[in-house]
Amino acid sequence: MAAAVQAQKRMTMGEFGLLIASSVLAFSSLIIAAMAWTPEYAFHAYLFSAASVATVFAIGNRYMDRPADPAPQTINGKPNYNFGPVKFATVAAMFWGIAGFTIGLTIALQLAFPVFNFDLPWISFGRLRPLHTSAVIFAFGGNVLLASSFYVVQRTSRARLAGDLAPWFVVLGYNFFIVIAGTGYLLGITQSKEYAEPEWYADLFLTVIWVTYFLVYLATILKREEPHIYVANWFFLAFIVTIAVLHLGNNAALPVSVFSSKSYIVWSGVQDAMVQWWYGHNAVGFFLTAGFLAIMYYFVPKRADRPVYSYRLSIIHFWALIFLYIWAGPHHLHYTALPDWAQTLGMTFSIMLWMPSWGGMINGLMTLSGAWDKLRTDPVLRMMVVAVAFYGMSTFEGPVMSIKAVNSLSHYTDWTIGHVHSGALGWVAYISFGAIYCLVPWLWNRRDVYSLKLVNWHFWISTLGIVLYISAMWVSGILQGLMWRAYTSLGYLEYSFIETVDAMHPFYVIRALGGALFVIGALIMAWNLWMTVFQPEGAEQSELSPALVVTR
Amino acid sequence: MTLWVRHQVLEKNSILLIFGILIVIAIGGIVEIAPLFYLKSTIEVVEGVRPYTPLELAGRNIYVREGCYNCHSQMIRPLRDEVERYGHYSLAAESMYDRPFQWGSKRTGPDLARVGGKYSDDWHRDHLINPRSVVPNSIMPGYPWLAGTALDGRFVDQDLKIQAALGVPYTKEMIDNARADLRAQASPDSPDADAFVKRYPKAVARDFDGNPNRISEADALIAYLQMLGALVDFKLYDNKANLR
Repeated sequence: MAAAVQAQKRMTMGEFGLLIASSVLAFSSLIIAAMAWTPEYAFHAYLFSAASVATVFAIGNRYMDRPADPAPQTINGKPNYNFGPVKFATVAAMFWGIAGFTIGLTIALQLAFPVFNFDLPWISFGRLRPLHTSAVIFAFGGNVLLASSFYVVQRTSRARLAGDLAPWFVVLGYNFFIVIAGTGYLLGITQSKEYAEPEWYADLFLTVIWVTYFLVYLATILKREEPHIYVANWFFLAFIVTIAVLHLGNNAALPVSVFSSKSYIVWSGVQDAMVQWWYGHNAVGFFLTAGFLAIMYYFVPKRADRPVYSYRLSIIHFWALIFLYIWAGPHHLHYTALPDWAQTLGMTFSIMLWMPSWGGMINGLMTLSGAWDKLRTDPVLRMMVVAVAFYGMSTFEGPVMSIKAVNSLSHYTDWTIGHVHSGALGWVAYISFGAIYCLVPWLWNRRDVYSLKLVNWHFWISTLGIVLYISAMWVSGILQGLMWRAYTSLGYLEYSFIETVDAMHPFYVIRALGGALFVIGALIMAWNLWMTVFQPEGAEQSELSPALVVTR
Repeated sequence: MTLWVRHQVLEKNSILLIFGILIVIAIGGIVEIAPLFYLKSTIEVVEGVRPYTPLELAGRNIYVREGCYNCHSQMIRPLRDEVERYGHYSLAAESMYDRPFQWGSKRTGPDLARVGGKYSDDWHRDHLINPRSVVPNSIMPGYPWLAGTALDGRFVDQDLKIQAALGVPYTKEMIDNARADLRAQASPDSPDADAFVKRYPKAVARDFDGNPNRISEADALIAYLQMLGALVDFKLYDNKANLR
């Protein structure tokens, strides 16, 4: 019997193809490593080679162990969901999140006390800052999006994730890209385009990963059992498609050589600036907004146990948001050498963008209709609702800052940093935390998180952190902007530049304190999730608030 | 009412939905980006602007590598205080050879668009080694390794070649002599210095880091900093020439 089953086992096209591709990559990477112009690039080539060998090994291993037939699409008439890649991305999100927040705290300390640069190239501010932004946006946020999108698309389509190896290739490949990008920054490999710093070979690799991601996602939707594509999936699709377009446009570059990590971008000067902020602002619009709105549209109704407030509002919200966002890029280039008409267009569309943003916020908040009492008893839901409130606040602040007169003061100052963090910490991180607090019990078949009391602690500690952070940055940003333009009664500039830097010191200390609180909150979360997964079921009962026990 | 019903077509057909998304997101980008390749004000040519010399380009790549753009902008806005603090507002033409652009988005430190010639080479060298030795309250990291690291100029001709392929007017002669020019600009007494100055008129050849025995990364970075914003002579610049 066993022999007969064995005989039928064939290698799938995917296994065979990936085996060949990995072998080729393993060898060519070794050759490149041997001939690389710099040791830093050789190190990356070795990493690629090692990862390819590991892939070959993993495919062989899996082939030996797996049954002859592919995983069934359904079991007893119920979809056989593929949650392995979702679990991996969830854990990776938590890991990168804590890493990214900690690096953020480090660079905050470097700005307050420059001695923390230690005169070392690898950890000086200029190299760590891109590491921080990429770690929180692409490593933490990206893994949250991978996990939630792969979870939501299966659930709302009532279909198993398409592809056999492909979902794993996406999740593992994406995290390998993160490693390449992050180690690259520390070694000085960067193309210096903000939020698109990885060099040409990392960009090429990400393109392969991203196209696979898109195909897995689309193929899962195509085999759905539900007639309608749920609204969260529209947002996920817009996020995946648009990020692909932006990535290709902004990273169009010619490498100096296949043996060099260095490349030169196809665009130059003012055109490059416009392409960069077309990309940069829409990395905010589609990565950090559309993707996380998709999370809102699934997890808030699920947790609140209420339908989405308005179906029509979600249609208007979706099309208006993705149409208007693309135009907003030039508000990063006010009063620069970019032509005035482009700046004015960017400003106008940024202000219009306020409407769909608040439409989305209203749709998210009003979903709580009839369930507002849950805010008192469920800190996970509270976290997500506060996230939506922060979304509303920062999407109001954004249009205000895009007004040219305001921007002439706010641009180049910490006000921008504060604005970004009210969105990043308040909106993106909070909606992510909420989604992860939901996902972990669902994925590991637990009734709920280990301790809602700890969620409550996480919520209040990190909220205090956010408030300290953004208020410190408001004050320092506006203060510095005003000091730069201050004149004496005789008509001379009142302050030298270094005096304005000096004035920032107390606010940089407060900001670091806020960041530290945020890190502490994330550590509490990690502990809570660890206990959720590894604590035997039933032990968490005593931690639940009485109200929740009653409703159960 | 009918519109809501019609929208259901998109809600049930993922391929149509994707095309819808692609069309909607294409419009804004095309309208804002495409004209910049044709408009006079964004492709103006201004007297004095030239491609970087090999040493300046190597310095610029170090500027990029160390992430200087995270704290220093290179874009002076036409506002009274900025023009008085930093100099003439930046022109599009002044970054026409910048791949990628270094306008920046944050001024944790001052703007550097016109830092060229403002401080001496010695000041820059000391400042890079330990910023607090010349600006006591500075929060800039020190970069002591730059003066101690020999500049890797082995492949600088390839850099010029690729830039030329992208449209930067480097001649074949410039590419062929790139490595010699890189050395010559940092060693003013070398026999190649004359040929270098002929190829890059008005470029300055001198020992930037104060150590004549070797060409360091500090040589390249200071050479780059010292030419920033110094190419255009604003006594001659006609700001009406590109108005329409």
